[in-house]
Amino acid sequence: MNNILIVGEHDGRSLNPATPKCVTCALTIPEGEITVALFGADTAAVAAQAAAVKGVAHVVCIDRPENAHPLAAILAPQVAALAAGYSHVFGPSTSFGKDLMPRVAALLGVPQVSDLMAVESAHRFRRPIYANNAIITVEADPARKLVATIRVASYEAAAAAGGIADIGSRTLEVALPAHTRYVGSRTGSTDRPDLQTAARVVSGGRALGSADNFKILYSFADKIGAAVGASRAAVDAGYAPNEMQVGQTGKIISPELYIAIGISGAIQHLTGIKDARTIVAINKDGEAPIFEVADVGLVGDLFQIVPELERLAGA
Amino acid sequence: MQKIMVCVKRVVDYNVRIRVKPDGSGVMLDGVKMSVNPFDEIALEEALRIKERGTNAEVVAVSIGVADTQQQLRTTLAMGADRAILVQTDQPVEPLTAAQTFLAIAKKENPDLILLGKQAIDDDANQTGQMLAALWERPQATYASKIEVGADKVTVTREVDAGLETIEVDLPAVITVDLRLNEPRYVKLPDIMKAKKKPLDVTSLAALGISAGQWLTTVKTQPPPQRQKGVIVKDVAELVDVLKKKGLL
Repeated sequence: MNNILIVGEHDGRSLNPATPKCVTCALTIPEGEITVALFGADTAAVAAQAAAVKGVAHVVCIDRPENAHPLAAILAPQVAALAAGYSHVFGPSTSFGKDLMPRVAALLGVPQVSDLMAVESAHRFRRPIYANNAIITVEADPARKLVATIRVASYEAAAAAGGIADIGSRTLEVALPAHTRYVGSRTGSTDRPDLQTAARVVSGGRALGSADNFKILYSFADKIGAAVGASRAAVDAGYAPNEMQVGQTGKIISPELYIAIGISGAIQHLTGIKDARTIVAINKDGEAPIFEVADVGLVGDLFQIVPELERLAGA
Repeated sequence: MQKIMVCVKRVVDYNVRIRVKPDGSGVMLDGVKMSVNPFDEIALEEALRIKERGTNAEVVAVSIGVADTQQQLRTTLAMGADRAILVQTDQPVEPLTAAQTFLAIAKKENPDLILLGKQAIDDDANQTGQMLAALWERPQATYASKIEVGADKVTVTREVDAGLETIEVDLPAVITVDLRLNEPRYVKLPDIMKAKKKPLDVTSLAALGISAGQWLTTVKTQPPPQRQKGVIVKDVAELVDVLKKKGLL
């Protein structure tokens, strides 16, 4: 019997789609029972969503004012305390999970499997290294608790309805540090689909030339209901904000359709899109490495192609 | 701010194309160019800027690895680190062992701030900074894109999935840095000459009381599945046609 604890990600209102993806991964652990833990100031609404996710057996809420913002230094000792009685502790491979889970692992005195992409057995997993240029199979000691971040691009989300988990709450007697304080956030306010979970993504590179020129991508993306991403070069140049970066050090995504526009296709970028179902490349350089991985390529001037594509896509 | 410790890792250079050994025992590393992990270089640059902004803090670069890691530490000295420490070992060092080792050094050096890259570009683990902060029982601020140092605290802007988040942490603290924090300086020839005279101490895991435990066993290394090369279409109309046939538009 494997008792799997998933640290749920949420913003106080909605469960992040990364969490149902962790559930899908956890369901591949043999003889597993899945508990989703929610840390927040008031997690009642999110708990109802988590309990409905198919495959979840229990939802545990740990509500206290200090948990209003997910600070790793505040949450880690609580997760570590809650982990007693569980064989596996999972978090998503998002900025939330990547920040938190290694701190949990260290408190528990165990190693972490980062970016777990496939389960071979309860203690044998696959994960990518070298920007996804090699895949290793690692074995963990079954005598130790297993901490992992789940590479969400490798898993489909478990169904959001049909689950019948019970919801409980826990009070953990854990002293919390005062040395870390939340100050504020700047989030890109957008009505577009979330980059990490969108079925369609339109992405721009340095060839766009300016932040202003990115507008032709936004316009096209809105026409086809796509999220918008960017290469590191475009973000570094200030054409797009950091949260739009796709690649080894940005977001790893797996949309049905990825349209790379004016992106040459550095290895670090390709790492972020290898799991896309269909990749379309539009670039004026027919020799660009992006064409090596693209399912469909079109060589030409993006400033002519994109408006025409927008016109024809809706026709 | 009196002392900043910067943790650096020797990794296969950013530009090297990685190939998996045919027998699945690992990746080919013979004769490939090795460099300072690019994220750690950004961490060092930030430490030097904090020093140069008037704190005049001592900057100590620390690495764990084979004897040749001295080359990368000489690079950090040429960039401007005041001294360097190598914890020499031929064993592969996993993130938890690295964190334990850096903790042992931190306990001797008592830095006000520890800076390191958010991840190393070889194992892409993204763990060491967070683990070190946990073991040191100090704050962590990961994925920093802006660092403002105060008298006894630091305000850090972090790159997170939703955008940017700002947190405040008391010193001493561990900060892991992201790409857009700064652009590391180029090393000039006279600096390389000067770096040869700077102190580089060599110690060992055993001397620090660390056993190089194997936490995870790598049983196989495989190349990733390759995507098939696709078709080139002649114009937008054909592209739209192909995508519509696939049910994607």
